[in-house]
Amino acid sequence: MSTKVYDCISKIGDTIEENKDFLTDLDREIGDADHGVNMARGFHAVVEKIPKDDANIGAVLKKTGMTLLSTVGGASGPLYGTAYMEAGKVMAGKTEMTAEDFSAILKAAIAGIQKRGKAIRGEKTMLDALIPASEVFDEKIAGGSDIVTALNAACEEAEKGIEYTKTIRATKGRASYLGDRSIGHQDPGATSATLTLETIRDFLKEE
Amino acid sequence: MKKLINEIDNIVDEMLDGMTAAYPNYVKRLEGLDVLVRAGGSEGKVALVSGGGSGHEPAHGGFVGKGMLDAAVAGAVFTSPTPDQVYEAIKAADGGKGVLLVIKNYTGDVMNFEMAADMARDEDIEVDQVIVADDVAVENSTWTTGRRGIAGTIFVHKLAGACAEAGGSLADVKRIAEKVIANVRSMGMAVDACTVPAAGKPSFDLAEDEIEIGIGIHGEPGVNREKLSSVNDISDKLLDKIFAEGIYNAGDEVAVMVNGMGGTPLMELFVANKHVHEVLADKGIKIYKTLVGNYMTSLDMEGFSITLLKLDDELKTYLDAPADTPAFVQV
Repeated sequence: MSTKVYDCISKIGDTIEENKDFLTDLDREIGDADHGVNMARGFHAVVEKIPKDDANIGAVLKKTGMTLLSTVGGASGPLYGTAYMEAGKVMAGKTEMTAEDFSAILKAAIAGIQKRGKAIRGEKTMLDALIPASEVFDEKIAGGSDIVTALNAACEEAEKGIEYTKTIRATKGRASYLGDRSIGHQDPGATSATLTLETIRDFLKEE
Repeated sequence: MKKLINEIDNIVDEMLDGMTAAYPNYVKRLEGLDVLVRAGGSEGKVALVSGGGSGHEPAHGGFVGKGMLDAAVAGAVFTSPTPDQVYEAIKAADGGKGVLLVIKNYTGDVMNFEMAADMARDEDIEVDQVIVADDVAVENSTWTTGRRGIAGTIFVHKLAGACAEAGGSLADVKRIAEKVIANVRSMGMAVDACTVPAAGKPSFDLAEDEIEIGIGIHGEPGVNREKLSSVNDISDKLLDKIFAEGIYNAGDEVAVMVNGMGGTPLMELFVANKHVHEVLADKGIKIYKTLVGNYMTSLDMEGFSITLLKLDDELKTYLDAPADTPAFVQV
C-alpha cells in the first residue's frame, strides 16, 4: 500500500512526463529548450527516491524538494526544489492535509520561489499562474467551499495566468534576453506550475 | 551530428576522468561528484570556487591550480550544476579562510550557487560571492536578467586567484574580483553555431555568408545577424560596442583577451589580435598584456570574443603573479 502523498506526487510525475515535449517546445521558443526534459528527469528520480509508505507528508515533500534540487539543474531545479521544500515545512509531521494546509502550502511555495528567483508577479514566470491561483483558493475556502471546488477555481485562475504570460515580456530568466520578442509566447514555468495544480485537483477529486 | 563520443549521457563524466588522468599533479576529482579540486588541497588560504555548465572547456576545471581556482563544478552541457554539487565543492575547497564563489550571471547559475552558499553557511563555512556580467551585447537594464558572464570571467579567476594565493583575506579577494568585474568587458560573435550533443543539431542556422554578432556562450542566437565581412570589420564592431561603455580611454592600460569559441583556428584568432592591437594603438590605449587562445569556449562554435580589462598598478601586480594550472601557466 502506498500513501496518498506518494500517489499524488507520482501522478504529478506522470503529468510532467506526458507533457515533456510540450514543455520543452514552449521553452525552445523563448528559453533554452530543456524545461520538459529537465523536469521529467527530476520527477523520475523523485518517484524512485521517495518512500512509498511514509505517511509523514512533510518528510515526503521535503525529500521531493531535495531530489528535484539535485537532479533538475538550471533555474527550474532551485525554484521547484524550494517550492516543495517549503511545502514540506508546512506539512512537517502531518499525515493528513486540510484545505487550510493546502492554502499555507501554496503561500509558502510562492514565498520561497519569490525569494529564490527574486521575481514578482508580472515578469512572465510561474508566479503569474501560482499567485492568482493561491488568492482565489483562499477566497473560496473563506467562502465555505470544499478543497476540490476551491482548487477548480484556482486552476481556472492559473490557466488565465498562462494566457496573461502571453501578453507580457519576460524580465526574468533567459527569456528576458529576447526583450519584446518574448511577447506572444506562454511561459513554460507557468505552464508546468498549472499542470501541477491540475494534477493535484484531479487526484483529490478521485479520492 | 558527428562527434567523438561514447554515450551522450556520459560525456561530462568521461571528460572529468580524462582531465584527472591528464593532470594528476594539478587536479583530483571528488568521488562520485562532478567537481575538480586542487590535487594538493587549499589549506590556509581563501578558496575560489567557480563552475557552470560544461562545454566551455578549458573553463572551468582547466583553471584549477596555484594562483587561480581551488575547485570547479561541472554541470551537464550548458546546464548549471546543482546546489548539492556546488556545496560539496565549497566544503572540499574550504581551507579555513573562507570561500569566494565566482558566478557567471545566468539565472540558473546564480540560484544554484546561492543555494549552495546557504547550505555551506549552515555548516559555518564563510562564503561570499561575486557575479560576473561582462557581455556588452546584452542590454543592462532592470528589464532583463542583466548581462551574461563570458570570457572576462577568466580574468576574475586569474586576478582574484592571485590575491588569494598571496594571502589576501576573503574581503580582499572579493574586492579584487569586483574591481576586475567593474573594469572588464567582452563581446563575441559566431561564424557558425555549436551543436549540443544531446540536441544533435546546431543551435541556430546560418547561411554560408551569414554571421551572428553578440552571441553568448550557450549557442543562443546573438543580437544581430549580418553578412560575413572581414575579420577587421567584425573586430571593429565588437570593439565599438566595448568602447561605447566609456571605460577605456586614451592613456589607459589594458589587458586584452582574444578568445576562441572552440571551433576557430588560432591562425584566425591571431589575425583578429593584430587588428585589435592596431585599433587600440590608434586610440592611444596601451596594451600591457595579451592573451590569445581558447579560454572560454562554446563547444564547437566557430567564432571569437574580445575582452578588455582596464588595469591599474594593483591589478597589474595580480595579473603578473605566477599561476600554474592545466590551461594557464605563467612563471
